[in-house]
Amino acid sequence: MSHDPAIRTGEHFLNGDEACAEGALACGCRFFAGYPITPATEIAETMSRRLPEVGGVYIQMEDELASMNAILGASSAGVKAMTSTSGPGFSLMMENIGLGIMMEIPCVVVNIQRGGPSTGLPTMVGQQDMMQARWGSHGDYEMIALCPWSPQEMFDFAIRAFNLSEKYRIPVLIMADEVVGHMTEKVVIPPKEEIIRLYRKKPQVPSNEYIMYETNGSLVPPMANAGDGYKVITTGLTHNEQGYPDMTAEAHEKLITRLCNKILLNKADIVEVEERELSDAEVVVVAYGSPARSAVLAIKKAREQGIKAGLLRLRTVWPFPEAEILKLAKQAKTIIVPEINKGQIVREIERCAKGNCEVILISKLALIHTPDEILEVIKNRRL
Amino acid sequence: MNHNEVHPMDRLIRADRMPHIWCPGCGLGTNFTCFLEALNQSGLDPDKNVIVSGIGCTGRVPGYTNIDSYHTTHGRAIPFATGLKLANPELTVTVFSGDGDLFAIGGNHFIHAARRNIDLKIICVNNFNYGMTGGQFGCTTPLGAKTTTSPYGNYEHPFNLVQMAAASGAVYVARWTSLHVRRLTNSIKETFAKKGFTFIEIISPCPVSFGRRNKLGEGLDEMKYYQENSVIKHGIDPNEADLNLNGKIIVGKFIDIDKPTFLDNQPKLQTPD
Ligand SMILES: Cc1ncc(C[n+]2csc(CCOP(=O)(O)OP(=O)(O)O)c2C)c(N)n1
Ligand code: SF4
Ligand SMILES: [Mg+2]
Repeated sequence: MSHDPAIRTGEHFLNGDEACAEGALACGCRFFAGYPITPATEIAETMSRRLPEVGGVYIQMEDELASMNAILGASSAGVKAMTSTSGPGFSLMMENIGLGIMMEIPCVVVNIQRGGPSTGLPTMVGQQDMMQARWGSHGDYEMIALCPWSPQEMFDFAIRAFNLSEKYRIPVLIMADEVVGHMTEKVVIPPKEEIIRLYRKKPQVPSNEYIMYETNGSLVPPMANAGDGYKVITTGLTHNEQGYPDMTAEAHEKLITRLCNKILLNKADIVEVEERELSDAEVVVVAYGSPARSAVLAIKKAREQGIKAGLLRLRTVWPFPEAEILKLAKQAKTIIVPEINKGQIVREIERCAKGNCEVILISKLALIHTPDEILEVIKNRRL
Repeated sequence: MNHNEVHPMDRLIRADRMPHIWCPGCGLGTNFTCFLEALNQSGLDPDKNVIVSGIGCTGRVPGYTNIDSYHTTHGRAIPFATGLKLANPELTVTVFSGDGDLFAIGGNHFIHAARRNIDLKIICVNNFNYGMTGGQFGCTTPLGAKTTTSPYGNYEHPFNLVQMAAASGAVYVARWTSLHVRRLTNSIKETFAKKGFTFIEIISPCPVSFGRRNKLGEGLDEMKYYQENSVIKHGIDPNEADLNLNGKIIVGKFIDIDKPTFLDNQPKLQTPD
């Protein structure tokens, strides 16, 4: 096995931010553009140290508008690229996340969430950007967002995020939180051969036959990189298959529908949930990110007290696991949703439960729920 | 035009996208031709040339160019181009965009890319207003000029773009008008051959959105004005090259220096396998 300095195979003790950077490198990320912000700075720091070791480029941009555009440019030249930020920077990235969606440029954006709005609570945890992740850029689109709950998943999901972004030609979000970003745990980095590393489909036709956004029956067009000789033409304007601006209702309907469908019709491939003790559960905690860690203990304690409690952990939040929630709502009497916000994903759960069960939010700001806080609600539910 | 006639720059144009969207008398067609001519004469491989723009009338140039082209968001062409260049240093990356795009909404990106000496060829078409949105004042509009949002005359001081480029660290700074076809073409060619962050400002007529409100006449009248009022002053301090509504237009090459680029300076630690 040849040594690859990008893949630190073995067991490590890393915080979530560092693990995320290592996951990106292991998946072939060779370009990072960012702007320092708590609690995501350690990702940039790790990248600034590691990328020159593997022949990559680290650039600290003047702001997050620039960071987002720089990774879109780098990916357009064929290099896997990532940026990381937290709330204030995430807001600045929204404009050009939209550009990435429209031009269909793979890349990964990491948000280590802290408290907002505005400068908010830089050093404390939040899950307040979950709806912004879905709807923050203007227009209609579908998003892919992953929610890790541990440093190991920060590593694993960085790889998965790159693979999904390359497969579906879309910016993929890692919506982590400060607790997961800053906690230190064991992280296992597998040997290179065991790491799946996807790369965008390249055109198979000669350059004079290449049509920018021709999908040939699939929903994701092959992608030519700058410098490949394919005479790329792309724009943030509504465009036809050739990539030419097309200011008609038909072109808009066709393009936006395809951009949505390439995600929606592939939900079976994208959506991932983890089920614990669900087979007979009457009360189910649905959680993502760090509150799910407390939920594990809460349902264990509930079981010890004879309550049929279970956990559904959302590893992907967007696209939303609608079918999974509806199924659960038909089985359980109560769904409990601990979130570090005023109630964001709980709205989606209510929408998908369609009135089949009671849905209770446990809202908490700036701090992770304790297991006992969740247990209390499990015990005190009405149904 | 006879449709069988082949334009000398045909291989570099997306002919199937013609007619273009620009107004009669607009300077953009001429500016575009100068760019194509320079690319043609440079002997560079078009497949290794990329053109990037933001939004505006000028921002439509890449879409008509038959090389890799990226029409990004308003103000963001330079950071997008930065990513392209750093990810594949083999590429020659030109940013072709408007004064509002590059210096109002995108001004911060301009000064930082110049400071870092990213190897980008920046061409800015300065028509003294936001042409695309119908002629509002911007950061280059001369004092006193009438636009749709300065009906009483512009009362903001404009930027002197060549001064700004020089102060920010550009290694090559020149200004021409749309009339200076040969000099402009040569200048673009020079920047293709030069490593580092280069800047060319093109003073260009926008008769429809700007000219008519300021009694500058048709496009042709503006060209006559350039002819009578341009003064070539190579090598002068760009501080002394500011512009006003009815004054002289100082043109020429002001800066041509060498210094290491971002890529020259970045650490190269790649550990051998
Ligand atoms: C974020 C954003 N704000 C505003 C606009 C509207 N807009 C489109 S082009 C433009 C001005 C372009 O001016 P300039 O760069 O000078 O180009 P010109 O049209 O004069 O060539 C504006 C304000 C936009 N597209 N995006
Ligand atoms: S509005 Fe002005 S800059 Fe735009 S195409 Fe018309 S004349 Fe040219
Ligand atoms: Mg303008």
